Amino acid sequence: MAKMIDRPSGLAAQPTPEFEEQRAAWEAASRKGTPRSGPGAGAIDRTISDVPLKVCYGPEDVAHLDLARDLSWPGQYPYTRGIHPNGYRDRLWTMRQFAGFGTARQTNARYHFLLSQGQTGLSVAFDMPTLMGYDSDAPQARGEVGKCGVAIDSLADMEVLFDGIDMGAITTSMTINGPACIALAQYIAAAEKKGIPRAKLGGTIQADILKEYIAQKEWIFPPRPHMRIIVDMIAFCTEQMPKWNTISISGYHIREAGSTAAQELAFTLADGFAYVEACMAAGLDVDAFAPRLSFFFNAHIDFFEEIAKFRAARRIWARHMREKYGAKNPRSWQLRFHTQTAGCSATAQQPENNIVRVAYEALAAVLGGTQSLHTNSMDEVLALPTEKSVEIALRTQQVLAYETNVTNVVDPLGGSYYVEALTDELERQAESYFAQIAEYGGVIEAIEAGFFQREIAEASYRYQRSIEAKDRIIVGVNAFEKEEEKPEIELLKITDETEREQIEAVRVLRARRDANRVAATLERLKAACRDPKDNVMPHLIECVNAYCTEGEIVEAMVEVFGRYTERSVF
Amino acid sequence: MAARPLRIVVAKAGLDGHDRGAKVIARALRDAGMEVIYTGLFQTPQQIVQTAIQEDADGIGLSILSGAHMTLFPEILRELRERGADDIVFFGGGTIPPDDAEELRRMGVRAIFTPGTPLKEIISFVERECGKRRELVG
Repeated sequence: MAKMIDRPSGLAAQPTPEFEEQRAAWEAASRKGTPRSGPGAGAIDRTISDVPLKVCYGPEDVAHLDLARDLSWPGQYPYTRGIHPNGYRDRLWTMRQFAGFGTARQTNARYHFLLSQGQTGLSVAFDMPTLMGYDSDAPQARGEVGKCGVAIDSLADMEVLFDGIDMGAITTSMTINGPACIALAQYIAAAEKKGIPRAKLGGTIQADILKEYIAQKEWIFPPRPHMRIIVDMIAFCTEQMPKWNTISISGYHIREAGSTAAQELAFTLADGFAYVEACMAAGLDVDAFAPRLSFFFNAHIDFFEEIAKFRAARRIWARHMREKYGAKNPRSWQLRFHTQTAGCSATAQQPENNIVRVAYEALAAVLGGTQSLHTNSMDEVLALPTEKSVEIALRTQQVLAYETNVTNVVDPLGGSYYVEALTDELERQAESYFAQIAEYGGVIEAIEAGFFQREIAEASYRYQRSIEAKDRIIVGVNAFEKEEEKPEIELLKITDETEREQIEAVRVLRARRDANRVAATLERLKAACRDPKDNVMPHLIECVNAYCTEGEIVEAMVEVFGRYTERSVF
Repeated sequence: MAARPLRIVVAKAGLDGHDRGAKVIARALRDAGMEVIYTGLFQTPQQIVQTAIQEDADGIGLSILSGAHMTLFPEILRELRERGADDIVFFGGGTIPPDDAEELRRMGVRAIFTPGTPLKEIISFVERECGKRRELVG
C-alpha cells in the first residue's frame, strides 16, 4: 500500500513564521514606493492585454494549483510543461520562414536559397488572388498578382514552385484557407508527377476557415459548406496522408486583427473544438484525426504573457480532448504549434528596431515550447522582405538555438509564481469565453452574430487608445521618435511585369489543355459538392490533373455552395 | 441651426482583408464627432466613389495593406475626376513604402498615413481638409 505523503499537493510550500515576517516587511516597504510617472507609466500594472498585475507574485498566488493536475512533467498530461519529455534536447524547433512572391519561378529560387542557408522546412505564402480563389487574369486580381505572395493558378505553377526540390524529403507548410482543398490537391498532384506518393508527403496546410470569418477575412463559401469541405479534407488525409497535418488552427491572424492574448487563446481553441465536433459528427474516430491537428500562434511583445499563453493552450487542449471528447490516444491530447512573431508589433519607424522586437518574441515562443517558428524580417511592415533581412531573421533563430542555452532545460519558467499564476488566469479567461460562445450556440452562430468581430474590434481600439494616451510606449512611434526619417533600408519591389507574365501564362495554359477533360472533371466535382456523402478531395485531384485553374474550380464550387458576404461591424 | 457633421467614407478595396486599421480609423473619426460610413471589404474603386457621391461624403479614406496601392489609389482618383467629384478629399494609409507614398501624393492623394501615425494627426487632417471642402461646397 502506498504510504500517505504528509505534504500538500499544491505548488506552494507551507509558509513559515519567518517567511510571513519577511512578507509583511516587504509589503510595508512596497507601499511606501512611488510608482514612476511619464511615458508608459499608465500601464505598469497590467499586461498588454489588460490582465491586472501585482507588483510581485508569491506562493499564495499558486497555492490553489495542484502539482499533478495542473503542472505535471514535460511529455505528461496535461502538458503544461511541454509535449516532449526532453524538450529541445532531442530535437530543436523547425526554423520555417514564410516566403513567396511574384511568379512560381521567382519563389522557387528563394526556396533554393533558404534551403541552402540551413532552413529545414518550406512555407508557402500565396498572393491575394490565389487566397481568394481568383485566377491572375480575373478583374478582381488587378494590381494584386504576386504582391503578397506567389501566384498559383494551376498545377503547372505548383510544379514550377517545387522544381528541383525533393518533396519527399522536406516538409511544406501552406498558408491558404478558402481554397485550401485545391492547393492540397495541386501539391499531391505535383508530388505524384515526380513519383512521390501522397502517403510520403509531410507538411501542413492551414485550412482554418473559421478564423477567416473571425479575423483574416479570406473566405469563399459560407461557413457551413466550408466546414463540410474541411471535414472532407481531414477524412481524406487521415486515410491517405498519414504524415500530413490536416489543419493549422490559427490564432495568429486573430491577434494581428487586434485581439488580446486571452481572446487569441480562447477563439483559436474554440475553433479547434468546433473542428473536432464537426469531424466526430461526420462519424470520424477522434483518435484517428486529432493527432494530426496542429496550431499556429502569435508571439507578441508582452514576454511573460505570451509564455503563459502557450502553456495554457497546451493544458486547455489536453483537458478538453481527454475529458470532453473522450480521446484515448495521448497524441490527441498534445497541442503542437507553430509560432510567428507579431507583425503588428513591428514599426515602420526605425525599422531596424524590429530585429530586437523579433528576438524577444522568438525567445518567448521558445520558452513557451513551440514546435516551429517564423521570425519576421525587419522590413515586413514596409514591403516584402529582402534576402538580407530574411537572413537576419533566420540568424536570430540560430543564435537563440545554438548560443543562448535556453534550449538546455525544459520549461525553465515552470514553477515561477508569476508565470504559473498568469497561465492559470489565461486558462480561466479562455474558459469564460468558451461559456459565452456556447451561449450563442457555437462558433458558427457566434460568427454570424458578429461576436468575435466585435470583441476584437473593441480590444484593438482600446489598445490604440492606450498608445495615443502614451500609457503604452512603442519605441520610435510615440516616444524616442526621430524627425523626418526615411528608412535607409532597401525594399523589395514586385513589378507589374509579374502580373503580365502570369496572365499570359494562364491564358496559354487554357488554350493548350484538353478542354473536354476540364469540363468533365468540373462536372464530376459539382456532383460531389451536391452529395454530402461524397468526398470532394479525389474529385479535386482529378480537376487539377486536368489543369483546371483555381478560379474555374472555385466557380464550379460556388455554383453549388454560394459565396459568403459579411455584415461589417466597427 | 448647427452645421451637420463631416461625413467620411472609410473604404477597403480589392482583395485585401486586413481591416484592423480601417476599423480603428472609423471608430476614431466617429468618436471625434463625424459621421462614418464603412464600406466593408472587397469594394471596387467604382463602388467606393459611388458610395461617397450617394452619401454626399466630404472625404474618402482608403486602407490598403496588400501591396496593390499603386493600382487602386490611381483608379479611385480617375473615377473621382471622371464623375466630377474630385472635391471629395481623398486620403489613405497602410503598408505603403515612402517612395510610393510620395508618388501617390503627386498624383493627387491628399495624404498617406503609414502605420504608427497618431490618430489625432489623422483626425485633425480630416477636420481641416474636409472642413475646407464643406465650406467651398456648402
